[in-house]
Amino acid sequence: MPAEPTAARPLLEMCNIGKSFLGVRALQGVTFDLYPGEIHALIGENGAGKSTLIRILGGVYSYPHYDGEVRIDDAVQRFRNVHDSERAGISVVFQELSLVPEMTVAENLFLGREPQRLGIVRWDALYAQARAWLEELQIEIDTKIPVARLGVGQQQLVEIAKALSCTARILVLDEPTAALTDAEAENLFSVLDRLRGHGVGVIYISHRLQEVFRTSDRITVLRDGRSVGTKATSEVEAKRVIAMMVGREVNQLFPAARRAGGGVALEVRHVTAQDAEMSGRLVVQDVSFQVRRGEVLGIAGLMGSGRTELLMSVFGAHPGRVTGQIVVSGKVVQIRRPADAIANGIALVTEDRKRYGLFFEQTVLRNMTMSALRRISGSFITDEAREFAVSTPLFERLRIKANSLSRAVGTLSGGNQQKVVLARCLLTEPRILFLDEPTRGIDVGAKQEIYFEIDRLAQSGLALVIISSELPEVLGLSDRVIVLHKGKVTGEFTRENVTPEALMACATGHTVEATSAIPRMVD
Amino acid sequence: MAETIAREDLRSIAGSSRFPVHLLRTYGMVFALILVWGVFSVVTNGVFIEPRNLSNLIRQTAVTGVLAVGMVMVIVTGEIDLSVGSLVGISGMVAVWVQSSLHWGLVPSLLAGIVTGLLIGALQGALIAYGQVPSFIVTLGGLLAWRGATKGISSGNTYPIEIRAFKSIGQSYLSTSGGIALAAVLVAIVAWRVVRTNRARGRSRLAAWGTGALGVRILGPALLVVMSVVVLGRYAGVPIPAVILLGIALACAFLMQHTTFGRYLYAIGGNSEAARLSGINLRSHVLAAFSILGALSGVAGIIYTARVGSAGPDAGTLLELDAIAACVIGGASLMGGRGTVFGACLGALFMSSLDNGMSLKNVPDFIQDIVKGGVLVTAVGLDVLGRRARASLNS
Repeated sequence: MPAEPTAARPLLEMCNIGKSFLGVRALQGVTFDLYPGEIHALIGENGAGKSTLIRILGGVYSYPHYDGEVRIDDAVQRFRNVHDSERAGISVVFQELSLVPEMTVAENLFLGREPQRLGIVRWDALYAQARAWLEELQIEIDTKIPVARLGVGQQQLVEIAKALSCTARILVLDEPTAALTDAEAENLFSVLDRLRGHGVGVIYISHRLQEVFRTSDRITVLRDGRSVGTKATSEVEAKRVIAMMVGREVNQLFPAARRAGGGVALEVRHVTAQDAEMSGRLVVQDVSFQVRRGEVLGIAGLMGSGRTELLMSVFGAHPGRVTGQIVVSGKVVQIRRPADAIANGIALVTEDRKRYGLFFEQTVLRNMTMSALRRISGSFITDEAREFAVSTPLFERLRIKANSLSRAVGTLSGGNQQKVVLARCLLTEPRILFLDEPTRGIDVGAKQEIYFEIDRLAQSGLALVIISSELPEVLGLSDRVIVLHKGKVTGEFTRENVTPEALMACATGHTVEATSAIPRMVD
Repeated sequence: MAETIAREDLRSIAGSSRFPVHLLRTYGMVFALILVWGVFSVVTNGVFIEPRNLSNLIRQTAVTGVLAVGMVMVIVTGEIDLSVGSLVGISGMVAVWVQSSLHWGLVPSLLAGIVTGLLIGALQGALIAYGQVPSFIVTLGGLLAWRGATKGISSGNTYPIEIRAFKSIGQSYLSTSGGIALAAVLVAIVAWRVVRTNRARGRSRLAAWGTGALGVRILGPALLVVMSVVVLGRYAGVPIPAVILLGIALACAFLMQHTTFGRYLYAIGGNSEAARLSGINLRSHVLAAFSILGALSGVAGIIYTARVGSAGPDAGTLLELDAIAACVIGGASLMGGRGTVFGACLGALFMSSLDNGMSLKNVPDFIQDIVKGGVLVTAVGLDVLGRRARASLNS
């Protein structure tokens, strides 16, 4: 069982850690410690500062570019790079695994440090050592098969075994179960349980509260770059932790208007989507919803809950197999590719504007008109004067801060880039608008402008669907909210009966009856 | 979240330094061309810039230029075509073979050559776009396969052109009045473009140019056009291959800059995922780009064959190298999304200047190959460096 915090000397202490990026504070006065044989969960909303803290520990944000002190076994550490951190016994396992798929399990375990004689790999020794090590950890995996043939869960175990074989004493797991089935996750937890006996300290980052309560000894909650508190898992209830995660008020960023919904603009029936890489794994499971004209539907859920996949599936852009029915204005439509969706009056403001949204080298104008180019041009030959004519009013209404439409879009700030993506969607004259994380990584001013534009669009009769990881945003904008967890709808709320706690409970996989006891938060 | 903000701030601070980098690239190419011309003029005691040699140089440029114009479309989408040299060989061979074996006339044999290129380009494009086979592999296979086919058709022999008019496509010149007409058309196009651009500046809230600036922008290129026509006229006039290249370059520049098709090619190469989500059909556009390049390879094959006077089994060997180098020297990025027809033409002129100048100085073949290989790698290396500099601003 876990060492009592007072009983042993902490393995790791991070004291008063602070970090800012060009004046924006990402982390402030965070204190975190870890004991040998302990699993310490680190939780918080997206953007709360978890990954910043981990990157300092992993040497990604190097000394001295942060405030505070990192100590291991009471000795102050000054990691200048990832190697320093690894040498000190820290190993971070990210969501994206770093295994070589074509190599066998054993080769991966000893990659770069194969047992050798005169530069020749001693294969028998390598496989013997690998087998011995996996047995020690009680992980049952054949060392001779290529990693690509393993399931994600087993790959994760190989990754962990590899990290520990480099004599890691501090293991950081970042959302390790995001891609795992329940059985695989359970397998992982039992391995983690056994690690306690080896004196390894585990920092466990997860959005899934059930897991956190299943595995961890203590929980530290971060919010807005600060530590809200550290609790022993056995002494705290889930609802208290949820309150710690969300405990802030919905502020006045949002337009106060109430909207009256019109007829049903979009109905999605029984949409199920398979993972593109692993058919059989369902990323969206039998999801149905409706949106009315003039209504904003929020889709809440944590990262990896299938929110983006759901909208991509409806938009015809999900790479995996999709089944289900889509009804636009009462008519069943076939949407096989994004062009079909656009033709049916659906537009999508994509998540991650850098990867999916923008043509960085091109001008603001060209970025804005790309989706509606054929309609604006009227023919095969483009008409730049018309492009300017139709874009300028939108450019001004959205207050895109660029000295001209001819500016390369890559030179704009994040908020203005986001507005350009929004403008591109609006130029297709959609009746249904999807927005996936429309305000991620942009400043408050631009956020508010986008919120008011969303409200204006709803008032003008558009049906909107918004995905957001930020609870206040979902609560502030939506007339109705559905919550996804592991690809399924786990809750539906109206604006009147929604509370942050209830949303968070559904999003973390807690059942609704557990949350009904929570007193409602005043909006 | 905070990290994103920080990066964006960094970029907007650093963003101001991006434009000069771009300018340097544009003028670097012109500078390199002037340098090469200067050096060759000096080391050949002026033979290089004699009208006779310039006329020759322009004719050599036409084949590379036509290929480069098509290649830049493919490169802009982020793909590559290594097979164009072999396509030049097979389409020239087919055009001559239908004359000698089937006794086809001028127009049918020209069409036979071009359609051969078009069909092969479409086949390769379909494998790439719909079969999802990497373009590098498809066209590397094509490089070998179409060369083999050319050798098969010819049984290893060289076939002389039968139709005289066919030959004149590669060997004759525009008359004096034709040259004047051409110059007039070009000057008119330049003037029209400058006036249009000036109007566009007004729309995008940039100060419109004054009369002086307008004059320089029209008269500068106009002077260059007139000078070229006069100089070429002092030998024999404007070579027909140059006229063909001009026509193709203008048509393709229009296609790339003023049509939805061109816009989509840039979008696909710039960010294919964003292009897909914008409703652009990636596959049909990639197929079209390869088909156009195939057809232009056919045209290049005809010019090449007509210039040489016969179709041989090795015609066009290694031309893909010149074409790709021309595009990259002309500012195209092998990562896609960037490149212009105009730049590709300048790049082609650069590559054939190297060829021409080194041949004048009787530089041994093997050294010529080494130099050109070095130029290609250097040009791509500079592109990668430039891209890395920009990427570090972006992230």
